[in-house]
Amino acid sequence: MQENAIETRALRKVYKAPPQKRGRRAPSPARTGGAPILHGKDVVALDALDLTVPQGEFFGLLGPNGAGKTTTIGILTTRVIATAGEASVAGVSVQREPSRVRSRIGVVPQRPNADRSLTVVENLVFHASYFGVPRDVATKRADELLEKFSLTEKRDAKVEALSGGQQQRLMIARALSHDPRVLFLDEPTVGLDPQARLALWDILRDLHRQGRTIIMTTHYMEEADQLCERLAIIDQGKLLALDTPAKLKAQAPGETVIEVTFDAPVDGIVPAVQAIDGVSKAEARGAMLRVFSERRGETIPLLIAAGEERGLAVKDIHLDRPSLETLFISLTGRKLS
Amino acid sequence: MSEPNVSTARIFLALLRRDITVARRELVFFLIRTTIQPLLFVVIFGFLLPKMGIVGRNYTTLMLPGIVAISLAMSGMMAVMLPMIVDFGQTKEIEDRLLAPIPNQVVAIEKIVNGTIQGIIAAIFVLPVARLIMGPINALTLTNVGPLLVVAILGGAAFAAMGLLLGTAFPPQQVGMMLSVIVAPMMMFGCAYYPWRGLDAIPAMKWAVLVNPLVYVAEGMRAAITPATPHMPLLAIASALLLINVIFIFLGLKTFMKRAVS
Repeated sequence: MQENAIETRALRKVYKAPPQKRGRRAPSPARTGGAPILHGKDVVALDALDLTVPQGEFFGLLGPNGAGKTTTIGILTTRVIATAGEASVAGVSVQREPSRVRSRIGVVPQRPNADRSLTVVENLVFHASYFGVPRDVATKRADELLEKFSLTEKRDAKVEALSGGQQQRLMIARALSHDPRVLFLDEPTVGLDPQARLALWDILRDLHRQGRTIIMTTHYMEEADQLCERLAIIDQGKLLALDTPAKLKAQAPGETVIEVTFDAPVDGIVPAVQAIDGVSKAEARGAMLRVFSERRGETIPLLIAAGEERGLAVKDIHLDRPSLETLFISLTGRKLS
Repeated sequence: MSEPNVSTARIFLALLRRDITVARRELVFFLIRTTIQPLLFVVIFGFLLPKMGIVGRNYTTLMLPGIVAISLAMSGMMAVMLPMIVDFGQTKEIEDRLLAPIPNQVVAIEKIVNGTIQGIIAAIFVLPVARLIMGPINALTLTNVGPLLVVAILGGAAFAAMGLLLGTAFPPQQVGMMLSVIVAPMMMFGCAYYPWRGLDAIPAMKWAVLVNPLVYVAEGMRAAITPATPHMPLLAIASALLLINVIFIFLGLKTFMKRAVS
C-alpha cells in the first residue's frame, strides 16, 4: 500500500504566553521557531496547515524566518506538540504514536548538534544504536556513510575538528544512520559557504534519486527552486501557495518589482505613482516605494520624477525579475530574507 | 528501509552505553572534579585539626560516612545536572537521543541510572582515600553489604533525580544562583559533618534539617559503615529516601519533558 509520507489536516500551533511569574521568561524566538505573530500574548506559529506529501517526493517549505517552517518540522518530528489538527508521517500519527514515527524518520537540525563527547564515527554508530541497529551493522553503515560524505579521514576525530560544512554533512550522515523512510532537513545550508552549499545540494539530489522522501525548509529561494519538486510557500503560519517551482513562478506577477528608496518617508506618493502607465500596483513602506510594472525602463525615470516633485532624493533602486521571490513579495508584501 | 521491532530495554542499554563510554573517558577528570572538595575537607578536619588537637580523634569516625555520602550525592547529582544544563541550554546535543523511538521519559530515566552509577563510583573512590588521610577508624566496617547497597542505590538515585530536576527547571543564567542558594546549604546542613543525633542540643534545627535529602544519605552511610555510632534507624532512612526518589523523579520527569517537547 502506498501511503503518503506526510499528511497534515488543519494543523495549528499556539505557543501560550507563560504566566508572568518572576524568573520565567517568555518563549524565546528559538523555542517558537522565530515566529513573531502575536495574538494578545500568545504566539500563533502555525494556523490551519493542510499538507500532503507523497512518498519519494523532494518537498520544500519556503518562507521567511518566523513563517512557521521550524514549527511544522517540529510537529512532524514529534518535538513540538500541535495545539490542534492532525499530522501523520509515513502513515503513523505523530500525536498517537510518536515513538513509531521517530523510528521512521531522520532529522537534520537547523544548527549542527553532534554529540561532542564522541568521535565522528561514534556519533553515527551510537545514533544507530538508539534505533536498535546492531553494532556491527551500524559500524559498517557508518563507514559507508563517512565514505559517501567525504568524512573518512575524520573518522576518529573529535567533532570540534570538523568545519561547518563537514559538521553539516555529519548531521545528514547521522540522520541516515538508521535508514529512515523520511528525511527532514531544517535550513540545512544556513551558514555554509557557497562551495559547501553546492556540495550539499549534490548530496541531497543524490539521496532523492535513491527514492528517499525529503522534506526541507529553506528561506533561500534559489535553493527551493533548484532542489524541490513541489514547494509550499508559508508565511505567518499560513499556507500561501503550493505547487511545483515552475508553476509557482508562472503565477508570479508578470511584472518586474521596482523598489526605489528615497531619503525620507514616501507617504502620499502612491496615488500619483499608480497613475503611471504600466504600473499595476504600488505600495509605500517607510522611505521605500515598491512598484509592480511591465515597463521598467520607462517607469523608473517617472518614479524618480514623482519623488523629486515632493522634494525626495533617490538613495537606492532595486529591480527583481519575475521569480519565486517576486511571487513571495506579491503574496506577502515582504521579502523572503 | 527496515523497521525492526526494537525493545525499549535494548535502546535504554544503548543510551547507558553511550554515557558510560563518555564517563570512562573522562573518569580522572570526573573524580577530581567531584571529590576534590570533600577530600580537602578530610585533609583539614580529618587530618590537620585532629593532629593539632583542636578536634578530637574520634571526630573522623563521625565524619567519614558523611564524606562518603557527600561524594555519592554530589557526584550523582552533577552527573545529571551539568549535561542537562549544557544540552538543553546551549548545545542541544541531547536532541539526537530525543529522536530515539522510545518515550522521551526513558532518556531521562537513563540519565538517573547513569548518575546513580557515577555517584557510587565516586563514593567507592573517596572511601579508601579518606580513610588513608584520616588514619585508622575504629568503628569502620564494610560487611553490612545489604544496608550499604540500599543506601548507595537509593541515595545516589535520589540525588541523580534531583540533578535532573535542578538541571531542567532553571535557565542556564540562574545556575550559579541555584548552586549557592540550594546546593551549598544542603551540603552544610546535611548532617554530613556531624551526626543527626548531635543536633539533640538544638531541637529546632534537628527537625528542620529533615527536609534535607542529604541527611538521610549521611545517616544511611553511618548506619551502613559505622553502625556502632549513633544514627537514624535504617528503616526510616530507606523509607525517606524512597519517598524523596518518588518526588524528585516525578518532578524531574515533568520539567525534563517541558524542555524536551514544546
